[in-house]
Amino acid sequence: MKLSFSPEDEQFRVEVAQWLQQNLTGEFEKLKFRGGPGDEHMFPHERQRWEQKLAEGGWTCIGWPQECGGRGCSIEQQVIFNEEYARAGAPGRAGHIGEGLAGPTIIAFGSDAQKQKYLPGIVAGTELWCQGYSEPGAGSDLANVKTRARFDEAKGKWLINGQKVWTSLAHESDYCFVIARTDPDSVAHKGLGFFLVKMAQPGVEVRGIQQITGTSEFNEVFFDNAECDAEDIVGEPGDGWKVAMGLLGFERGVSTLGQQMQFQNELNAVIREARANGADHNPVIRQRIARAHAELKIMRYNSMRMLSGQGGSDGSLQKEALIYKLFWATWHRSLGELAMDVLGPDSQILEDGPYQLTRLQSMYLFVRSDTIYGGTNEIQRNIIAERGLGMPKEPKVAVQ
Amino acid sequence: MEFAFTDEQQMIRDTAEAFLAEVSTSEAVRQAMVTDQGYDHELWQRICTELYWQAIHIPEAYGGLGLGYVELVAMLEQMGRYLLCSPFFSTVCLGANALIVAGTEAQKAEFLPQICDGKTATLAYTGYQSARHGGQWGADAVSTTVFRDGEDFILNGTLRYVPDGASAQLLVVAARAEGSLGAEGISLFVLSADEAGISRRLLPTMDQTRKQGEIVLTDVRVPAAALMGAEGQAWSNLEAIVDLANVALAAEQMGGAQQLLDMTVDYTKERQQFNRPIAGFQAIKHMAADMMTRVEVARSGVYYAACIAEEFLQKTELAVELPEAASVAKSYCADAYFQNASDALQMHGGVGFTWEYDVHLYFKRAKASEHFLGNGDYHRERLAQWLLDQDERGE
Repeated sequence: MKLSFSPEDEQFRVEVAQWLQQNLTGEFEKLKFRGGPGDEHMFPHERQRWEQKLAEGGWTCIGWPQECGGRGCSIEQQVIFNEEYARAGAPGRAGHIGEGLAGPTIIAFGSDAQKQKYLPGIVAGTELWCQGYSEPGAGSDLANVKTRARFDEAKGKWLINGQKVWTSLAHESDYCFVIARTDPDSVAHKGLGFFLVKMAQPGVEVRGIQQITGTSEFNEVFFDNAECDAEDIVGEPGDGWKVAMGLLGFERGVSTLGQQMQFQNELNAVIREARANGADHNPVIRQRIARAHAELKIMRYNSMRMLSGQGGSDGSLQKEALIYKLFWATWHRSLGELAMDVLGPDSQILEDGPYQLTRLQSMYLFVRSDTIYGGTNEIQRNIIAERGLGMPKEPKVAVQ
Repeated sequence: MEFAFTDEQQMIRDTAEAFLAEVSTSEAVRQAMVTDQGYDHELWQRICTELYWQAIHIPEAYGGLGLGYVELVAMLEQMGRYLLCSPFFSTVCLGANALIVAGTEAQKAEFLPQICDGKTATLAYTGYQSARHGGQWGADAVSTTVFRDGEDFILNGTLRYVPDGASAQLLVVAARAEGSLGAEGISLFVLSADEAGISRRLLPTMDQTRKQGEIVLTDVRVPAAALMGAEGQAWSNLEAIVDLANVALAAEQMGGAQQLLDMTVDYTKERQQFNRPIAGFQAIKHMAADMMTRVEVARSGVYYAACIAEEFLQKTELAVELPEAASVAKSYCADAYFQNASDALQMHGGVGFTWEYDVHLYFKRAKASEHFLGNGDYHRERLAQWLLDQDERGE
């Protein structure tokens, strides 16, 4: 157990920092500290150009193996990259779903043809991805998906019908990975398939959801005989749940460190406000700021444990990974409340009419999604109790 | 960078766990905790002669094993889990740390080998004033006074809340020059507890598993050789000693929080109501999940702080992070331990309220540990001062 980095890794840190300093300029200057959660609707095109700039420098998909177009960076180097990226104020990654979720899934479960077809676009920052999991009737009960995929022998393609919801950035994306039912008589997690679906086609319609913030990062996606090539199913029909669950493991990787630097930037903003308006003299606020700081500090080392440790041989998560979502989501929600309480009555005055929120107001509202998406706090607690503590599973109710 | 135990560290942890599971049983704890010294002499001798735990992080030059703070913390977690009644914490995490941080070469050469041989020690610095200052454990808590008399120093004062204060054989005493304030004028002295003018008594405590003493110093005369470091300049060393002790205490607290979780989950799987184990009720599962979350977060905080403590002892550039790491770990772990104890008691229902079940031992120890060396509020205020009261940081 050791905290310091090797001289080679410190040299890598200098390289990353210098590249960012030299390239996060000009047309990209305005992207600094923008585009994170709650701000993802900002500058979508500029941020995609930034992805391509990163790719030119070889700074996309740095943790992927070199044969897949990545840089083959060690965990330590990925940690350093994420730290320097956030320190430089570089923007929220438009390509994060492709790099963090779709790509690793294709690398782990996809065919050679799928790797050749999809990975280069992710690495180059030219093709963006979104995730088609949740449905109106499949939220916490994710396995209850009703979207169907039927293989049309005449066309030689899969035809997809149904509706997905809470699909972030669907309107900006080139592809969506979709879980759909391949066996119409199946229930729950059996009989599902995992499909790679092109968004620009007549059978796919995207409608924005106006959120609590007034903005629309999330969408509904309607599939009406949307076509998917025969070779664009990952694994076999019926493997969809296994592939989707394997993917959940990737969500807890090094990207958490970049997320934490974003949190640090937000906490710094709260501290600046408190110092500016005198809330820093309020002993209760002082306690809450210190608590937020202490827990964020620990969050970083919890991620280090996640990265240093080995999961179970059955692919199960270690305890520090099991608790992570519940911990960070609850922390972030509290930060939103703290921000408003630091601002006091000023927290209620908008940046501008009719409904333009300040950054902290937007954060306060947007963090309410954190304890809901990706497994609500309540689902997380069930998972922790059942997998982490071996407590009885929730009773199954017979399907009518 | 590496944030998992090495094989050797894992082995130390596992050995400690296996040994303590066998010797620090509920029965053994209950026997030890009603004695005046608060521990079983025979067991302490076994630890000192067979296992050599008290020497774990003392440098080899002074007869120790020369291992690091991570190894120490790995053992402390297990001591916290099994509520080991022993003078280990006071001797190693206060006494030995004080000598390592602040002792002169001659003092290290004299006293550290004695500790390796099983001599007990503790740190005494909190005066009556601390409660009046809202339970602060900062420099203001030093109220014992010292003045020079020729080549000697004369100490006067009353020290409270001293862990194993009535039984420790060596004392490290913090005292201030008369009339000095705050961090100014503080000196540290190392002396034998049987010097003339020292009277000590056991303070009966709600938590019986760690003994606290009151030490009254009346014109205690010590030679110049007892002075640790420069006269009147000891505050930064004392602060570092307390920070190191808080890292160690946080590890104990995390271990206690873990044990409460394990006990409670086992109990809820056994306990039947409404014809099913209560572990199946979501109200119980969710409380248990929150307990586990606290334990794992506490564990990450302790490992981080232990790494920083090791960097401090190795005098690397990360050494400056010790105060922050100690306050981060202690504030989180103090609250996590108490909250887990509170939840464990609730989830045990009626039996949690009995003397027979062990929950109350942890519930009491959690509160005692919380208030020892500064509770969560104290450490958060300390963090707040760095975050809010200094000039704007670089970023």
